[in-house]
Amino acid sequence: MNNLREFIFLTEPNIILVVMGTLILCGMAALVGCFTFLRKRALVGDAVSHSVLPGVCLAFILTGEKNPLYFLIGAIITGLASLVIMEWLGRNNKTRPDTAIALLLSVFFGLGIVLLTSIQHSGNAGQAGLDKFLFGKAASITKDDVLLFAISSIFIVGGIIVFLRGFTVLSFDENYAQSIGFPVKRLRFILAFITVWSVAIGIQAVGVVLMAALLITPALAARMWTDSIIKMLIIAVFIGLLSGYTGAFISYTAPAMPTGPWIVVMATFMAIISMVFAPKRGYLNRWRETRNNNRITLEENILKLFYGLGEKTGNPNGAIIKEDLNNARSFDPSQLSKGLKILQKKGYVNDVLQTWQLTPEGLIAAQRVVRLHRLWELYLQKYLHLNPDHVHDDAEAMEHVITPEIEAQLDALLGNPQTDPHNTKIPPAI
Amino acid sequence: MSINDFWIILTASLVALCCAIPGCFLVLRRMAMFGDAISHAVLPGLVVAYLISGSRASSVLLLGAAITGLLVTFIIEFIQKKMRVQNDAAIGITYTFLFAVGVILISLFAGQTDLDQECVLYGEIAFVPFDTITLDSGLLLGPRQVWIAGGMLLILLVILRIGYRGLYLTTFDAGYASTLGVSVMLWHYVLMGMVSLATVVSFESVGAIMVIAFLVGPAATAALFAKRLPWMIAIAASIGVLSSIFGYFLAVVLNASVSGSIAVMIGVIFALALLLKRFFPS
Repeated sequence: MNNLREFIFLTEPNIILVVMGTLILCGMAALVGCFTFLRKRALVGDAVSHSVLPGVCLAFILTGEKNPLYFLIGAIITGLASLVIMEWLGRNNKTRPDTAIALLLSVFFGLGIVLLTSIQHSGNAGQAGLDKFLFGKAASITKDDVLLFAISSIFIVGGIIVFLRGFTVLSFDENYAQSIGFPVKRLRFILAFITVWSVAIGIQAVGVVLMAALLITPALAARMWTDSIIKMLIIAVFIGLLSGYTGAFISYTAPAMPTGPWIVVMATFMAIISMVFAPKRGYLNRWRETRNNNRITLEENILKLFYGLGEKTGNPNGAIIKEDLNNARSFDPSQLSKGLKILQKKGYVNDVLQTWQLTPEGLIAAQRVVRLHRLWELYLQKYLHLNPDHVHDDAEAMEHVITPEIEAQLDALLGNPQTDPHNTKIPPAI
Repeated sequence: MSINDFWIILTASLVALCCAIPGCFLVLRRMAMFGDAISHAVLPGLVVAYLISGSRASSVLLLGAAITGLLVTFIIEFIQKKMRVQNDAAIGITYTFLFAVGVILISLFAGQTDLDQECVLYGEIAFVPFDTITLDSGLLLGPRQVWIAGGMLLILLVILRIGYRGLYLTTFDAGYASTLGVSVMLWHYVLMGMVSLATVVSFESVGAIMVIAFLVGPAATAALFAKRLPWMIAIAASIGVLSSIFGYFLAVVLNASVSGSIAVMIGVIFALALLLKRFFPS
């Protein structure tokens, strides 16, 4: 409990360092990751993350120092190298892109492991702690590290603000960006550079193995909440920061625990919440909308059935024997009785003896649907020149979604028509 | 060369052979990243199975992890279809999460499993010769891993022999396959099952990430030359074995991780093959 209080109020200078460092790293990765996600390059990001490992090890072998700046430079070099080879392999059709990604990811990582184990076996006293780059160790972040992260973040955020328009167009439609004169090649390179940079610093907190999650997962979660790129960037950074904070806390309280996995689990947890509960794109909302639409469609189809039978017998209000209803149309019996119950509750139909009857309100509702159906059929015939025997199915779908405004427009456009393409009467507007 | 060197090279070669078979189909179906996803995601399954069965040699273990591998495929599909998430992100979020859970489990139950964080990443093939099977009669049968990998290779060969037609048809022309009444879904999951089995058996020796090199590298190299599937599998298998041999000696020279060196060798052979193809296009 004491730990928690110390952590929340940042009483220890050491905690401040760890928290600040982790937050910068996670925020940067989430920010850059939005573009990786939107460009559908999530797995490329994964490959780049694994590819920075040999760079870190090479930097150590060449300089013999554990200087964060050298690590950063080494990481950026091998990360970019892997990216360039990947693009080249994919572009020249030597291998398919997915194979190229998997191959480079594993071979570069293998190279990193060879260098890492070679350093470890050489008995170099200064090598201890290099393995923190595998799974991340937020607690080992030093003052120098934080300084480097802060400077990096200025460049990364600055770069994104300056090139925001270009990156956005690039992410959504590369061909379009080219055609309206954006320097696509240069933009692509700058974005790649910024991405590799944020990966190269991010591995301090999460490690190379799970770095990809820090790029993708906050972006995926943010995408669920909004359609605006600016809002998406802000939400992603927020989710990145929140996961980073948790990771830093774990790293501080349980030093034996690697930080990376906890950050990833937290971020994934938030992504799951977003996927299920987000207001528009969330699963729950889409499920509810589908259910509502299905119910409305069912209700309106039953009302139409009443109207149609009424037209045949010449008495639209008249009683319909329940058995007639069953034979009339290919309704699923359980669906039919469910729909009738709803309509009864709404006061559109009455259960009288062995028959169902439309109430006056029900008749009005039924007329409206039939009217929309027939107006649309007429519209298709007149303006799309479809044969009268081809217009029914399309109208079956459209009748449920036409708004009163569109209805008025259709009516005016068609000159207040009286009959549909099958020469049946279009009920008047009410 | 001592007998221990021989056992390590033999194990690596058997693992490479196990991976080459499903690897060729993965590359041809453009599903290389599913190999990546499965190889990471079997980790929590392995850890849980270790904790339950308490031994590393049990068939429960292999089965449990293989089921996890299949489960991953289901989860990815579910996220993609029901949550409407693009394919690459669905793969990415699924396996990073499962792998993270696996690593956390290992840290929580440190000491109760034979796994540790490093072993997960690059295996411990160098220790293969020291873990041997001895019969009750005192007969020494050689390293346990050799028997496991060898047995798995047999199983995979049997599946390949029985399922060759289905795998072949659904790989090259899924539409034609379904008009013949061959279930595309079924063979998709059979392949995913084969990948899971190959991954699980390789896990202890080469770790979660180098498995991908074994799966994809030799197959991608073979795809540069082979015109027919049987040839492709044969070439991929030979490249896998060659990489294992050269990779082992590279590791000895550099005093470094064996599995890492083999992965590097797989990359080198691929690069050489690209050059070869450039200068002798026929």
